[in-house]
Amino acid sequence: MRYLPLSEGDRQQMLNTIGASSVDELFSDIDAKYLNPAIDLPLSKTELEVERHLGRMAGKNTAAGNVPFFVGAGAYKHHVPATVDHMIQRGEFLTAYTPYQPEIAQGTLQYIFEFQSQVAALTGMDVANASMYDGSTACGEAVLMARRVTRKKDAILAGNLHPHYRAVVETLTQFTADNINALDTQPESPEAELLAAMDAVDGDTSCVVVQNPGICGHVMDLRPLAEKCHANKALMIVVVTEVVSMGAVMSPGEMDADIVVGEGQSIGNGLNYGGPYVGLMATRQKYVRQMPGRLCGETVDADGNRGFVLTLSTREQHIRREKATSNICTNSGLCSLAFTIHMTLLGEAGLQKLARLNHFTTCKLRGALQKINGVKVLNKSFFNELAIELPVNAVELVEKLAAGGILAGVPGGRLYPDGSHDNLLLLAATETVTDDDIAALVTAIEGELS
Amino acid sequence: MSMNNQGRPTDTGETAPITPDFESYSGHKGLRLAEPLIHEIGNAESSGVDVPDCGDFDMALGGLQRSGKMGIPGLPEPDAVRHYTRLSRKNYGIDMGLFPLGSCTMKHNPRLNEKMARLPGFADIHPLQPVSSVQGALALMEELSHWIMTLTGMPAVALSPKAGAHGELCGIMAIRTALEARGDARQVILVPDSAHGTNPATATFCGYSVKSIPGKADGRVDLEALKSALDDTVAGVMITNPNTCGLFEHEIRDIADAIHDAGAFFYCDGANFTAIMGKARPGDLGVDAMHLNLHKTFSTPHGGGGPGSGPVVFSAALADHAPIPYVMDVGGALTMKEWKDGEADSTLGRMTAFHGQMGMYVRALSYMLSHGSDGLKQAAEDAVLSANYLLASLKDVMSASFDGPCMHEALFDDRFLKDTGVTTLDFAKAMIDEGFHPMTMYFPLVVQGAMLIEPTESESKGNLDQFIRSMRGLALEAKAGKVERFKGAPFYAPLRRLDETQAARKPILRYIPPE
Repeated sequence: MRYLPLSEGDRQQMLNTIGASSVDELFSDIDAKYLNPAIDLPLSKTELEVERHLGRMAGKNTAAGNVPFFVGAGAYKHHVPATVDHMIQRGEFLTAYTPYQPEIAQGTLQYIFEFQSQVAALTGMDVANASMYDGSTACGEAVLMARRVTRKKDAILAGNLHPHYRAVVETLTQFTADNINALDTQPESPEAELLAAMDAVDGDTSCVVVQNPGICGHVMDLRPLAEKCHANKALMIVVVTEVVSMGAVMSPGEMDADIVVGEGQSIGNGLNYGGPYVGLMATRQKYVRQMPGRLCGETVDADGNRGFVLTLSTREQHIRREKATSNICTNSGLCSLAFTIHMTLLGEAGLQKLARLNHFTTCKLRGALQKINGVKVLNKSFFNELAIELPVNAVELVEKLAAGGILAGVPGGRLYPDGSHDNLLLLAATETVTDDDIAALVTAIEGELS
Repeated sequence: MSMNNQGRPTDTGETAPITPDFESYSGHKGLRLAEPLIHEIGNAESSGVDVPDCGDFDMALGGLQRSGKMGIPGLPEPDAVRHYTRLSRKNYGIDMGLFPLGSCTMKHNPRLNEKMARLPGFADIHPLQPVSSVQGALALMEELSHWIMTLTGMPAVALSPKAGAHGELCGIMAIRTALEARGDARQVILVPDSAHGTNPATATFCGYSVKSIPGKADGRVDLEALKSALDDTVAGVMITNPNTCGLFEHEIRDIADAIHDAGAFFYCDGANFTAIMGKARPGDLGVDAMHLNLHKTFSTPHGGGGPGSGPVVFSAALADHAPIPYVMDVGGALTMKEWKDGEADSTLGRMTAFHGQMGMYVRALSYMLSHGSDGLKQAAEDAVLSANYLLASLKDVMSASFDGPCMHEALFDDRFLKDTGVTTLDFAKAMIDEGFHPMTMYFPLVVQGAMLIEPTESESKGNLDQFIRSMRGLALEAKAGKVERFKGAPFYAPLRRLDETQAARKPILRYIPPE
């Protein structure tokens, strides 16, 4: 077997050194009746055989890059520079462990420090952690953090929060002290969504979780909501599922957010059918000791040279055990590296141009969709996602278009199984969408609606 | 003029002192290249990406355009490549040498797995595109589930947890959901004192109080102590097996029976499953829930701290409470159950936005297919054989905490360093100078100055022998009172020991431009 270096001769010599007659003697702690069960699975395969086997499976999927593609709602198809994937595959990054031995992990630690700096700057916040599993789990952790900070228990989820994020928050808090008040999504009226959130705030509120741009793509001014939160000693948690938006839209920090969580997948990371992704979390300096997850900080070595270490670990489970801020034991290391390399390649100017191009492309998509008879575009404001109201069930329309080789977006029925938004369709248009893609989409929708 | 027929002449030069008495003008030391922060070499205008300019157009951002400076430097591509290449060279990875980090299972990461995960049919598909357009992805998840269920002998698996600790959370939530479904309000989770810190932290996350149970002198759970702690307030028991001392809990079946007799559930931490894959099935041992770390047992890269992947297997008693989403076979067509079906549905809910770590599923299945049932069993045997070989080869000069045989990792403590002035930390740092990543140190907490050594199945006998020579040499030097090479170690790393106290006292967590 190509991955196992020991020869039969080696094994025998090693057994001799140990003084065991067979390898199963080393497994003598396992009751003989449970040892070496029959395992009905195929035998080993060559590299070529594995490639064929998995290649066939991959071939049955429609890759985003091969079709007109408008699917968003929390994960986005962007162009990732070739450099990114090349660099993250260097074995020194790929095959390293968590940097618990900082003298031989400065590569990892320095990029984490750079990543934290980029995320803090991007979100307009003071500090960011070394990343979380993904945006949705970061969102759940933020709600728990808000309770630790405010010592209050009532969390409000604005109606514009991604339904999957809402579900994750509800799952993660079902056995904690938190009370979750999830408000209704109102695709046609983002103003009403925000007002409902503001009305729900009272003295017992720990936090309001609000997304920007919202699940339906609307871009909203959150400062009045922040003001209402702060007047009630509650925190405003802003969720950003499309981080490229922050290259064009006023940052959550500038809107007075207390905690920002985001899905960083758009920068540096592919769609990967939902994971691995990279959760972002940033906050104000004064709350840093209540933040979950790893943090990297600057220090010096014995010779006085600058270096980096994991720090403030007394918040974490390996020190605090049952009193830790979270049970989290990992970040999204390699995905955060991909993020930080892509962000370094973009730089501030490149990010702003990329964001403009996304918005420009979506403006063109809006113009094209508005011309379709029976289609109503719901957005007055947006970044690179739109919500439209169809005269038909969107799940069925999307299926028909997929059969014709167009992935048209996320239908409301997929996200709202209660039937409340069956005719809603969410479409994203990133820099990867061409004029031809838009024309093909419009023609196909018109064909189905006529 | 005569031809230069000497090639490029080179000689050893004059014998120079080991520590030269000059500083380079560049700050570099030959191949040890100093590398500033991106903020110190880049600027806001530089970019390594060509983005088409879209000119002026009517924006629709609701009047909320971002205008201020962000402070995100950019680098042209050549400089970016160089920056990250230089940083990478300050890291130690499995690709460079033996990485005996106990309980972390730093085995070889096959590059075939990387190639497979990057096939556009896996890497470039969206979690919310129609299931009709991702039948191959669902088939892969089904096949991986089949392998996991067969290897563990368990009837159900939830793939979606994002990492080991997330899997633990999933398992304990399933237990609490099951108990609540039968109207049983138990409040306590029992955890052995040798457990990984995530275990008690997870139990707390689920609203339980944690009670620690002591181990026995042989490094295993004390069955009698466990039995006396078990009563009708105990919801579950979390036990790592093989445990964090590198030992198999040989009374595991009796432990499981005692837990079940008390009406509680048995959560097994499967972090160390690599030792028993193909050799024993948790399903035969009475386990109710167990997470697997695909990044340990099934070779998906650790990536400098993630991404992980922590699927959880369930017994029949817990299977109905598995989290959504999951794949279902409906008359030959695969579909995805993404939402709860009303109040009667007893799923514990959704743990993550999408379906989990698909990229890790591909890599793990690639590892499984490559090894086959025969190769996986051989890998477990080689890992255990190698650990026992290290134990046998070192126990006369280092202090083994428990008698062998061990499983896939050998535990030593600091008794052999008594009165030498050398600590476990010093010893670990000296290993860096020997060209190895240190072992896990000071964990588990149940022995003094723990050194937990896990070689994995990936090392040749030659590599193991070199490691043994270094460890023996260091142990003998420490005992002989030669402390200098320990106290200042490492000497040959990119940096010397770092001041962690200063880092925590006045945390600097991001780049701040000079005044």
